[in-house]
Amino acid sequence: MYVAVKGGERAISHAHAWLAALRRGEAAVPELELAQIREQLGLAVDRVMAEGACHDPDLAALAIKQACGDLIEAAFLLRAYRTTLPRFGASLPLDTARMRLWRRVSATYKDLPGGQLLGPTFDYTHRLLDFSLAAPGAPPPAPAEEACAAAAAAPRVSDLLADEGLMQPEPRAESEPPDLTRQPLACPAARPLRLQALARGDEGFLLALGYSTQRGYGNAHPFVGEIRQGAVAVEFTPPELGFPVQIGEITVTECQMVNQFLGSRTEPPQFTRGYGLVFGRGERKAMAMALVDRALRAGELGEEVTAPAQDQEFVLYHADNVEATGFVEHLKLPHHVDFQSELENLRGIRAAAQAAAATLPEAAE
Amino acid sequence: MHDTPPSPAGTAADPQRQRWMAVLARADAAAIAARLETLTPPPPHRRLRGPEAGLVMVRGRLGGDGAPFNLGEMTVTRCTVQLEGGAVGHAYVAGRDARKAELAALLDALLQDPARREVLLATVIEPLAAAQAAAAAREARRAAATRVEFLTMVTTR
Repeated sequence: MYVAVKGGERAISHAHAWLAALRRGEAAVPELELAQIREQLGLAVDRVMAEGACHDPDLAALAIKQACGDLIEAAFLLRAYRTTLPRFGASLPLDTARMRLWRRVSATYKDLPGGQLLGPTFDYTHRLLDFSLAAPGAPPPAPAEEACAAAAAAPRVSDLLADEGLMQPEPRAESEPPDLTRQPLACPAARPLRLQALARGDEGFLLALGYSTQRGYGNAHPFVGEIRQGAVAVEFTPPELGFPVQIGEITVTECQMVNQFLGSRTEPPQFTRGYGLVFGRGERKAMAMALVDRALRAGELGEEVTAPAQDQEFVLYHADNVEATGFVEHLKLPHHVDFQSELENLRGIRAAAQAAAATLPEAAE
Repeated sequence: MHDTPPSPAGTAADPQRQRWMAVLARADAAAIAARLETLTPPPPHRRLRGPEAGLVMVRGRLGGDGAPFNLGEMTVTRCTVQLEGGAVGHAYVAGRDARKAELAALLDALLQDPARREVLLATVIEPLAAAQAAAAAREARRAAATRVEFLTMVTTR
């Protein structure tokens, strides 16, 4: 039980003033501008938008600055801010097949229509610290450009497999999906609700769960069918217009994990999909999300549910880092009354035990 | 709160209007304003609603092509203006830039006037669209420069 306490206002305001000074750091060092965070710490901004479940790079940059770089605290700030805004409605589902690609790789096909585009990636870097970045220098040379066929078609890898009938199709229902921001999570959760929870889930938690499926906790043998990253148009139908209009473009990363499925009484052996989609360039998160999505489908595919990553309640109730941090961190708030009762209880038990021991001769030896 | 603006009920999708609204949504306020400055000042307008910031829930699809799911929200600013002549313009644009939303709504109203449309398309929309297309083409060329041909080492005996 947590009992509200009063008092301490002076100490609290002094603590916050010190935090503000610490946030600013050494005054001789120039203050960070939000544009610097947005432009130069883009992957942190992307992570805060994904886990804050709110796409706005400027707000995410502000949250990161305010949180002194604590990305979970920043996601919390973004979640709190969004509650102050009205909801205009929902977009049309993103058409990721029409993404303007920066990056597109497949681990399953060497040659595929549209080709493999590495894009701006850490892959194949040597992970050696680059000390030339330690001092400000001239901006790097402009990236290389090569002519490309206008609108080079890059069909989804899942479509290539589907054309052969080897990929389990996704039912194209147009039902209104459940919304975690409107109804609390309840299990069993349908896949649309699970994907929403995973999309806003903690990257570290999902990474560890995804890794666990590779190490044998859950029977997974995944391939990266495709990762695509780029800009995708967001379309929305304003009620006063009655037809869809594009309201902007956002960068997203999509991951299709291809997994074997041995088939069931009703379905032939085929490949099945784990799916990841996140705001920004959070590729590790998209991959982990796809692994966990596939693991969570075990029940509906008739596979044995044995591993933590396949357990809906375990995964979905613990993936949200804002909820998790709230409950873990509340432990440090005053629990004086609570603890007082435990203390009295324990003293009472001890006193009773001592009294009983005193009446029994030679009870100690 | 705000009144619901007059609704052109049952408006059919107009591809030309959808296009200029998309171009304006992708442009930034300074670029739109710079284009507008080259023209004779537009007639006065009044705000019917907003500009006001809100959220749109962005949806994806299961597996990219299946049933919809809620991915996360994005900030959006909307604005509705009415020209002195009577045309009503709407804007829904990503982000929280109130000035951009109002400029986009104003242009949406102006562009509905056939007498002004041609000039506005030529001096505002097409140059913005061309700049956006050039930026997209440059990104596509950068991506093309990172195209990789993986070689498989096959040993034949």
